[in-house]
Amino acid sequence: MILETTEQALQALLAGPMPASAADQADVRANGVMITDYKSHGYHLDAKVSAEQLVAAVTIVDENGFFLESITGVDWIKENQLEVIYDFSRYDFDTCRVVIRTRIPREQPVVPTITAIYAGANWHERETHDFFGIKFAGHPHLVPLLLPEDADFHPLLKDFKA
Amino acid sequence: MSAPIQLRPDETFILNVGPQHPATHGVLRVKMEMDGEYIVKAETVLGYVHRMHEKMGENRTYAQYLPNLSRLDYLGALGYTHGHVLSIERAAGIEVPERAEYIRAITVELNRVASHLFWFGAFVMDLGGFSPLMYAIQDREHILDILEGVTGSRLTYCYYRFGGLYNDVDDEFIEATKRFIPNMRKSLKKYAALVTGNIIFHKRLEGIAPVSAETCRKYGATGPVARGSGINFDVRKNEPYSVYSDFDFDVPVYQEGDSLARYKVRMDEIEQSLRIIEQGLAKLPAGPIMTEKKPKNIKLPVGDFYQAVETARGSFGIRIVSDGDKNAYRLKLRSPTYSNMHLFDETCEGMLIMDALAFMGSLDLVIPEMDR
Amino acid sequence: MSLTLLNVIVAVVIAIAFAAANAAYLVWAERRGAARIQRRPGPNINGPFGLLQPPIDGIKLMTKQLMIPGGADKILFMVAPVLAMAPAIMSFVTIPFSENIVARNMDIGVLMIFAFASMGAMAILLAGWGSRNKYSVMASVRAVSQNVSYEIPMLITAITVIMVNGSMDLKAINLAQAGGFWHWNIFPSLQSPLMPVSFIIFFICSLAETNRAPFDLGEAESELVAGFHTEYGSMGFGLFFMAEYANIVIGASLTTLLFLGGWGCPFGLFPGVWWFLLKIYLLIATFIWIRWTFPRTTIYGLLNLSWKILIPISLFNLLLTAGFMKVF
Repeated sequence: MILETTEQALQALLAGPMPASAADQADVRANGVMITDYKSHGYHLDAKVSAEQLVAAVTIVDENGFFLESITGVDWIKENQLEVIYDFSRYDFDTCRVVIRTRIPREQPVVPTITAIYAGANWHERETHDFFGIKFAGHPHLVPLLLPEDADFHPLLKDFKA
Repeated sequence: MSAPIQLRPDETFILNVGPQHPATHGVLRVKMEMDGEYIVKAETVLGYVHRMHEKMGENRTYAQYLPNLSRLDYLGALGYTHGHVLSIERAAGIEVPERAEYIRAITVELNRVASHLFWFGAFVMDLGGFSPLMYAIQDREHILDILEGVTGSRLTYCYYRFGGLYNDVDDEFIEATKRFIPNMRKSLKKYAALVTGNIIFHKRLEGIAPVSAETCRKYGATGPVARGSGINFDVRKNEPYSVYSDFDFDVPVYQEGDSLARYKVRMDEIEQSLRIIEQGLAKLPAGPIMTEKKPKNIKLPVGDFYQAVETARGSFGIRIVSDGDKNAYRLKLRSPTYSNMHLFDETCEGMLIMDALAFMGSLDLVIPEMDR
Repeated sequence: MSLTLLNVIVAVVIAIAFAAANAAYLVWAERRGAARIQRRPGPNINGPFGLLQPPIDGIKLMTKQLMIPGGADKILFMVAPVLAMAPAIMSFVTIPFSENIVARNMDIGVLMIFAFASMGAMAILLAGWGSRNKYSVMASVRAVSQNVSYEIPMLITAITVIMVNGSMDLKAINLAQAGGFWHWNIFPSLQSPLMPVSFIIFFICSLAETNRAPFDLGEAESELVAGFHTEYGSMGFGLFFMAEYANIVIGASLTTLLFLGGWGCPFGLFPGVWWFLLKIYLLIATFIWIRWTFPRTTIYGLLNLSWKILIPISLFNLLLTAGFMKVF
């Protein structure tokens, strides 16, 4: 079953020494892999990784034949953090939806790009940059996609005032 | 006098296809670097009809957000509202009466046929044949009439409610739908004779813009685009929701990956949708159309919820991040054409502009759905 | 002398009037025909059967402001529509409608019509180039390469007919076909057994020469917006539009004259202008029918058809005819 294989691979990745940035995220959920209740949540596997582990985690799902559904952000203003959520799914009948999420401080919202692994992440990352101002380090063309070319605002941030 | 045009033989020029261009079916712009009629490089520019539906999702209650979903894809709106109500029902644990789910499936499939019909007409028009559009619109008109009779609107439906439906179908709906199915089958034969068998049509699409299964995976293409590339993926089968597991239908898959394969997938899907409608009408159970146990103000538990549905264009996903309030904390709409169109830039490199625009037509774009 | 001059002036005026009336009412016929094919009413509000629609459209086009885009080459931009219309009208001068109804019969009538017809490509090139619009330039380049490649098989088939009939005089060609359909050039004769093939090639070429669907690559509206006349409005557009229909009439007339016995009756009875008109309008109806049935070809498909299929076949046909004529 792909669910177990992916879970084990992600567990192995996260089992290594925790990066320093994970320590200051203690107030929210710790990094780790969680099997969620598909019936009520609509996805099977929820992996919380640190930004440094992101590329490695995405490589694991890529190697297991997942396709990229979407990338999005969430502004957790109370915790002063931004979250980036990556949704993956499969084409075959071994249904497994994997969510990879990472949290970054609001002041310095930088995550590595995954465009080298999934070419289709290009627009999703540009969109997330539009809406949240999250910078994707290494992205080839990080200019506004859905917002006007000269947009310098990020409308989905909770402190955004029109 | 104007300045003389000086061009080096190796020089390329930039062609702006859109935002107002007949082939883009809406306000989409593709900046193409051209070498004569060959595309050297293309860059799609989105956002001309961006309305920030996701922000509206944060500001409105879940019920208030219902009409927004049908403004995404005005050709297959029911599929999108279906996704929304399913996601709320999943998260809030609302049980839906079986009759309501059957009616939902029937109306969604009718809407899918309408969407594919319109695409068929518009696609042939992209290739320069105007008449099939008129035939397709006439057939689609019957569907819109049927749906208008039960939902009250023709394009931007707001028919589903959390836990059921706005109103029950009447005998007229069932009669009209039963009349429609054989007529549509007759029309499909006509389309096959008029368009699918046409040699010019074949030559324009066969082998044009092959998209490999691997490219589909990297870009997250779904729906007929993925199925035309040999990927047997349909959310209705892979992740059965609603009552789709009760129906006996096939998922058309073609291995070629060219524009003709995408065309064939959609034409076959019309027939499969008709089969679902037929079975749905035959099995339609009696009973209530609205659940009894439903909170007045829906508040979701804290957490993330994801729901995918198969719309006419592919897998539409809705992700709700809830903080327990009556509004969503974050509402993400995963639109299928967004990922499908993303292939275009890479695939059309080195193609002739007329082939590239035929390819664009075969992706079945609805721009408001892509820009959200 | 003065009488001849008067004759010519009257004839030219009639030719212009005929071309204009045809252009106007063929638009109506095309719209009604398309509507019939597509199961909708078409123009039916103004006048009986919408017959007043063309003059109203004409008035609208004439009263609109003539806009010249900022970057355009003014002279070429203005000259192009005139250059499109003029050769179309000139070609009417030498077309015999019946044995006596002809403005100026020439013993090189076929050559003259081809000479003028090839000027149409020039007008399209100038329109596209003068507009300074990328779509227009691309469309005009397409249209010119298309016209050049289709003129060759068209001329070769015309030469076949000329060889069989031994004349370039359209009137003489028709007199040779007089008296019943079995004399028509379209049917295989001992001298040229492949004549039906020639007819089909000629018909395809005249579709391509007039830039009609499925060969309307010069205006390919779903790719190149409106092709070479993207930037034209008011009567500039009107002239291109009229020229297109005038060219259709010429194409149909030429096909009729070369292959279908001109003004001759299929059964040798009452030859006259009515037979000629009946034949050309039937051909035009076929043009309209084809346009609303088929999708557009690609530019490479179009050029391949001409260079790889039509030209070899027509050349083979020419050689075969020459051989048969020598033998029999």
